[in-house]
Amino acid sequence: MTALVDLSRRPGGTFALFAVTLLCLVAIAAPLIAPYGPNAIAPASRLMDPSLQHWLGTDQLGRDILSRLIFGARVALGISLSVIAISLTAGVALGVGAALSPRAVDLVIVGIFDIVTSFPSIILALALVAVFGPGLGNVVLLVSIVFIPHFGRVARAQTIAIRNSPFIEAEKVLGAETWRVILHHVTPNIIGPIFVLACMDIPVVITIEAGLSFLGLGVRPPLASWGNLLNDGYTYLDQSPWLATFSGLSLMLATLGFALLGEALRDTLDPKLRKNL
Amino acid sequence: MNALILKDAVIRYDRLTAVDGVSLELRRGETLGLVGESGCGKSSVARAIVGLQPLAAGTLTIEGETLQDAPARRRTDLQRRIQLLFQDPAASLSPRMTVRSLLAEPLKIQKSHSPEAWTRIVALAESIGLGQQLLSRYPHQLSGGQARRVALVRALAAEPSIIVADEPTAGLDISIQGELLNLLRTLRGRLGLSYLLISHNLNVVGRVTDRVAVMYLGQIVESGPTADLFRNSAHPYTRALLSANLTLDAGRRRERIVLSGELPSPSNPPSGCRFHKRCPLAQPRCTREIPVLQGRPGERSFACHFPLRSEPAPAPQAIAG
Repeated sequence: MTALVDLSRRPGGTFALFAVTLLCLVAIAAPLIAPYGPNAIAPASRLMDPSLQHWLGTDQLGRDILSRLIFGARVALGISLSVIAISLTAGVALGVGAALSPRAVDLVIVGIFDIVTSFPSIILALALVAVFGPGLGNVVLLVSIVFIPHFGRVARAQTIAIRNSPFIEAEKVLGAETWRVILHHVTPNIIGPIFVLACMDIPVVITIEAGLSFLGLGVRPPLASWGNLLNDGYTYLDQSPWLATFSGLSLMLATLGFALLGEALRDTLDPKLRKNL
Repeated sequence: MNALILKDAVIRYDRLTAVDGVSLELRRGETLGLVGESGCGKSSVARAIVGLQPLAAGTLTIEGETLQDAPARRRTDLQRRIQLLFQDPAASLSPRMTVRSLLAEPLKIQKSHSPEAWTRIVALAESIGLGQQLLSRYPHQLSGGQARRVALVRALAAEPSIIVADEPTAGLDISIQGELLNLLRTLRGRLGLSYLLISHNLNVVGRVTDRVAVMYLGQIVESGPTADLFRNSAHPYTRALLSANLTLDAGRRRERIVLSGELPSPSNPPSGCRFHKRCPLAQPRCTREIPVLQGRPGERSFACHFPLRSEPAPAPQAIAG
């Protein structure tokens, strides 16, 4: 609780907390707050401007944009959080493992990271999905693979920086087992930058998911994902700017929110930067 | 009875031999000083004794049990009996743990966490001036002296019989130095500890140690009871080291022996006596023959062809016999 208060007092922290909380609430309560069904087609009211009936207007099939954005938050958050959770866990395990292993093991793990990172992430994600097939589950798993080296590299570098520090050696002198040193002394001291990275990667995952959806390899229409909405909006940009604008704004809100949250979180997690409140 | 015996220890970093055949005996209840200039290998010896640095050769015997012969599990238990006070105590405290969890750490590691054990630790902490209000602080919120005492209590919570202190007074002003040394002395009697004190501060070593060993370039050149060694040093290096030490006592002030040259690299030690290139008394023999440590181990002994004292002091029993 004190951490939350502390977070909100940092620059951008209040906005970040507001944006991220709003997104989460909207995603969770989507069926309750959306004025229409996300896939309710009304051919009579295509591409309408914002009005009292449709606050943000309608798309090319007459579907309510607000409702689709609200359900889109679900897809965006669900996919990005699952991807980040999987790649963060695997990345930290591999990175810390590499840093504390003999040089040969370290080299193999770093080599794999290098191979994965040498492809542009969207291209690699595309290739993987093309091979293993589209669908929600596959997209989550395969995009996770693309992001593992992000976390792995930071975790490894951070671990190398602290692995010979006196407080780690003190634990060894006390007779602590390796798992204890890793869990209680290495991880808490390297996790700050990794959380920051996680928050900043969330928007990237959302973008990749959008790109995959556009190519029919991600979440498939008519399921509302911001990526699908952006692409629909792009197609009809000359007739109605609302869909592209509002889905872009949603993406921006999520991006800024998570990025600022990442920074505020970094300061809060580092007790040396924590102000005495 | 010896609390710890280090025998013919060799420590290598890749191809560099930092410590070459060092033997030490630490008797139960005594304070042994290990002195020498920076880079002589004294910290490597300390790290090897607490198990942070593997020995390339030699054995470590703790309370009569030789570590190298013990099964792995027993080895961990034995190694725990030796705790290290780090040179920078604040850096030896995990930055994201409160003092409470730091002090509970040894109990959790040894799986001996109980309310009674915790009460004992809190009482110990209070007895050396760490109040309960400090328990919820983080290391960066502690003063230097508090961090030092937290590190000390944590080391003691592991119930060691031997404490290795690496420059325990580094960076402390004189009054706090005295306080800390008195505290260490009190604890030694109360908890039945033996100390190995690594330092280059000869004033401190002269004041608190019972015996002292002098290291030069990875080897011990002279050792013996502190008072005797300080008064009648046999090895020219010891003499130079002592003469470099500032003293206000005019009667004890000696002619300053200034060593020329730098400490040679341990990767390429000089032939014969390792000290001959800097020794004011060096003779041709010193460049050829390696002097062996003569004298009874634990009593006065030195490694020099031309000692400043003709005979190693015979043990009293030898005279009687």
